[in-house]
Amino acid sequence: MSHLSEDELALLHYGEEAGPEADAHLAACAECAERLRGLGRMLSLAPAPEPPDRGEDYGARVWARLRPQLGLGDARPKVVPIRRRILSRAASLAALAAVLVLAFLLGRQFPERPLPLSAEVRERVLLVAVADHLERSQMVLVELVNAPVGEAMNAKAQRAFADELVSANRLYRQTAARSGEPALAAVLEELERVLVEVAAGPDAITPKDLAELQRRIESRGLLFRVRVIGSQVREREKDLLPRTLSSS
Amino acid sequence: MDDVTAVAQARAGDSEAFRLLVERHSRALFKLAYRMTGNEHDAEDVVQEAFLKAYRSLDRFEQRSQVGSWLYRIAANCAFDVLRKRQRRESRLDSLDGDDSPEPQAAEPGPDRLALGGDVRRHMDAALERMSPRERAAFVLRHFEGRSVREIELALGMDTTAVKQSVCRAVRKAREVLAPLTGAVS
Repeated sequence: MSHLSEDELALLHYGEEAGPEADAHLAACAECAERLRGLGRMLSLAPAPEPPDRGEDYGARVWARLRPQLGLGDARPKVVPIRRRILSRAASLAALAAVLVLAFLLGRQFPERPLPLSAEVRERVLLVAVADHLERSQMVLVELVNAPVGEAMNAKAQRAFADELVSANRLYRQTAARSGEPALAAVLEELERVLVEVAAGPDAITPKDLAELQRRIESRGLLFRVRVIGSQVREREKDLLPRTLSSS
Repeated sequence: MDDVTAVAQARAGDSEAFRLLVERHSRALFKLAYRMTGNEHDAEDVVQEAFLKAYRSLDRFEQRSQVGSWLYRIAANCAFDVLRKRQRRESRLDSLDGDDSPEPQAAEPGPDRLALGGDVRRHMDAALERMSPRERAAFVLRHFEGRSVREIELALGMDTTAVKQSVCRAVRKAREVLAPLTGAVS
């Protein structure tokens, strides 16, 4: 029998069957035995890709993002009455916006299907939804940033609101990344981290945690960046308006 | 509450039981997804998608199975989907741009660079980039995760021959890239 092939050596290295002839040859051939050892040495060099550490609370953050997508009710206490109407409306808008993006995505995924909307109309639908989402997210950021320093914050309302925004944010971030919009995707990514943290956090934020959250939002200029990119999205949406009217 | 009980209660509508599973297994799934996709965002999406699929298929979970293995298989399959979609997307972009970009080549490292562990990692990353989705998925599961061919078959929906061929092709590509390093250090 001729010497073992590279593939046979690979199978033998991983303890798989390479055939009785291969086993017999390996037992009798010093050259192939050395080649097998060499392959082992080479593969042992290959380092496994090490993922970045997600932290102990990663599971809780995954759950915070997952729960709305599973259609599960919120088991936590209801928000204070003064905010209920605002948040209820905002949550409905977030859900509506997510549905619109899904419609947009479906249009992108299955372009061969006849579409009732032109590309301009679909793009404008997406821009309107993203701009609305950014405005609603600003509300959460503003309330966090403006909360009195040195005091605990009752964040029930913000937490519920953030919870509603997280899944929509994820959809927009993915869409932005896939559509070649890195600046928008980057802002949405940072925004998502804050939203997830708030959504997965306690109803009452301690003064220390609040200060840390405010520091993070401010040091990265997140609120400012959300405003800027939100206004840019609005401008693009306005630019598209004449075209969508003429194409509809 | 153990995993099997949590699945049974989640199946009966107890979302808190499912939350336990998510909190318990998220990090392991992220690690797997990151190794398979090589990308943080894709890995996050894989974890999310895997739990969505698991939730929707709670009824199909077999009591004699290990919950961790069941979730692992779902996540591996989701990551494989991501790799295939990524390849389709890149193929479309190549066809639009004209595919004249050279295939990533292993750099010829000088002796001084070989001492750097990061250099080996870059070579390995280059090797993984050269693999097809099947090859990469099978290689990561076999080599880095130590999964058996049978487990890989179940996770990726491939037969034994296809798994073995994919691993062999992946090893050939890894070898092309890593061989210069091995020669220098052995």
